[in-house]
Amino acid sequence: MILSLPMLAEMIFHPFGWMLPGGEWTMLVLTTIIMAVSAGPFWQSAWASFTKHHSNMDTLVAIGTATAYFYSIYAMITHQAVFFESAAFVTTFVLLGQVFEERMRNNASNAVDKLVNLQAKEASVLRNGELIKVPLSEVAVGDLIRVKPGEKIAVDGVITKGSSAIDESMVTGESMPVEKHAGDRVIGSTLNSNGTFMFKAEKVGSDTMLSQIVELVRKAQNSHAPIQKLTDQVSNIFVPIVLIISILTFLVWYVLLGASVANALIFAVSVVVIACPCALGLATPTALMVGTGRSAKMGILIKNGEVLEAVNDVTTVVFDKTGTITMGKPEVTDIVGDQSQILPLAASLEANSEHPLAAAVLAKAKGEGITVAPAADFQAIEGKGVAATVNGQTAFIGNDKLLADHNMIDDLKQTAIKLQTAAKTVVYVGLDHQVIGLIAIQDAPKATSKEAIAALKQRGLKTVMLTGDNERVAKAIADQVGIDSVIADVLPADKADHVKMLQQTGKVAFVGDGINDAPALTVADVGIAMGSGTDIAIESGGIVLVKNDLRDVDRALAMSRKTFNRIKLNLFWAFVYNVLGIPVAAGAFYAIGLTLSPELAGLAMAFSSLSVVTSSVLLNRAKITTNVSETA
Amino acid sequence: MIKMFVLIVGLVLIGFIAWWFFGKHAVATETADVTNDVQEIDVDVNGGYSPEKVVLKKGVPAVLNFTRRDPSTCLDRVVFPDFGINRELPKGEKQAIDIDTSKPGEFQWACGMDMFHGKLIIK
Repeated sequence: MILSLPMLAEMIFHPFGWMLPGGEWTMLVLTTIIMAVSAGPFWQSAWASFTKHHSNMDTLVAIGTATAYFYSIYAMITHQAVFFESAAFVTTFVLLGQVFEERMRNNASNAVDKLVNLQAKEASVLRNGELIKVPLSEVAVGDLIRVKPGEKIAVDGVITKGSSAIDESMVTGESMPVEKHAGDRVIGSTLNSNGTFMFKAEKVGSDTMLSQIVELVRKAQNSHAPIQKLTDQVSNIFVPIVLIISILTFLVWYVLLGASVANALIFAVSVVVIACPCALGLATPTALMVGTGRSAKMGILIKNGEVLEAVNDVTTVVFDKTGTITMGKPEVTDIVGDQSQILPLAASLEANSEHPLAAAVLAKAKGEGITVAPAADFQAIEGKGVAATVNGQTAFIGNDKLLADHNMIDDLKQTAIKLQTAAKTVVYVGLDHQVIGLIAIQDAPKATSKEAIAALKQRGLKTVMLTGDNERVAKAIADQVGIDSVIADVLPADKADHVKMLQQTGKVAFVGDGINDAPALTVADVGIAMGSGTDIAIESGGIVLVKNDLRDVDRALAMSRKTFNRIKLNLFWAFVYNVLGIPVAAGAFYAIGLTLSPELAGLAMAFSSLSVVTSSVLLNRAKITTNVSETA
Repeated sequence: MIKMFVLIVGLVLIGFIAWWFFGKHAVATETADVTNDVQEIDVDVNGGYSPEKVVLKKGVPAVLNFTRRDPSTCLDRVVFPDFGINRELPKGEKQAIDIDTSKPGEFQWACGMDMFHGKLIIK
């Protein structure tokens, strides 16, 4: 590299009548050294792939420089103009470009390493009644671990004693510390701030949340975006085509246009040197790597390139209601009917149910100190409710679909409608065939839902709420948060079908968290799972929002679009570069005085890959325009 | 006369390039042997991958040993997009890559720039 410096001087000063001492002989010696030392590896690689019927960038560099070098020797012998410096400079520039590029590429891929480094190195584990420090790898499920202020939590688990505020920002991206007490879950690798507590390890090694996230991000970073298929195909035929074009260039200039061998050769060499398939190959993976890495830091896990690309065309966002728009913690607000009779009856019926509304009823019953009478002969009425025998009578509880088979007095009907319009879900409790009372349950929307929906609407997206809940309740919630349309009374099994129907008008993103959302998450073009959701929902989603904040939907969309646009930009430049650069190098614009010397072509080639990688790395700093307020 | 000669040589060269790179050529394929319940294959990385096509048995833990002899930075990483593997291949060092063979199918691997490809068949 240093050797090419005197030649640079020579090139600059040549027009002023200054020559290197020794002239051509010095150049020959310097170039020969450069070729032998630096260009050797290019040759070795080019030849190895040639024997396998492959070609690569090295093929181009090797052929380009060798042509310039050997022609110059021939020209020197026959006393014609030489261009040793071309061979020397091209080699130098390409090598230089590679050094920068590799640094940038490492830069792009280190997001995952950073995540892995977050792990605690050791933990204070209670063994035989004594606290001893053991390395992270020896922590087992069931171990009791003590965490002091300022220490990192080693693995995932549940607090058994004590409490503390925990900074979970490294995993969830949420900057505010979270207050945790006995019984609360803690996440491995998060930072304990002020309290000391003991916790029981539940997940270790590759099962911990951080390990799962790292695995996810790693897969995403190396996944293929569909847009890449084009470059996959191009890369295989690119180099041979360039070689053919270069020979044609030489033939056209030398045979048809009657240029001198030297000039024709310069054009041919420029073509070989400027073509850069690597920029095409690097355009997508590097941007994908940086984009998914950055969103992971924000608590948004994008699973692969396909999702990223699909997000771009989404026109409708469909939300599940419970747990997604609302907090998912329903509470009993009103009991209509005989207070002493309704609640105990409801509690008996719901005692074995896993329905979220049942939990609300049971919690209320427990709060009132009611002892639950046993029920027998349970019968689930699919999508409607349950019936059972309590104290020798047939009792039932369920939603308004039950009303078809049961009687209810008008007074109760009116009250039910009133409660529903106030966004409360009404559960009907009855004996024999008569409805005797109502329980109103409310699941309030999350504080951030309204802002999140508004942000999406500002993007011009249609918002839809899909819920199994009653139309009036759903409508009331939708009005509170500003959702456009509501599809209510949907049976769990039909959610996916409704998504399919919406897909007929455009690409659909579905946001959900429950087991019953899994099919819809899979069917949707983009499935967005809330991080608090069930494992199966997270498995089915293409994007996982770790923070559980609905506003992240907007951020995820913004980030995906930004990344995808960067991929397109990269590809555009890489293509333009090759498509425009080659004709210029071939001398197609010679008539208007636009030509490229091999040196410039070499420089341009080196910087094309570099610029693509740099543009990807800059994605880390790019401003993400979201319509939601920033939480750092 | 010389020009005619050059023209012919040039065209022949083009023909040769087209045949050499685009023509159908046999791809080096290797099927793994199972020894001690592990199937292992050595992949030589030099101007491409040899073998380029690897056949593995489903359900048997597999290890691919990549050794890069090629000095080019083009081949300094190997990527298995379906398995989330992106491994650096320091020159001259044997890198063992564990492959999850629980799912049958055809999988691609590639170099870091997606220029060189290899194929993994699990059946």
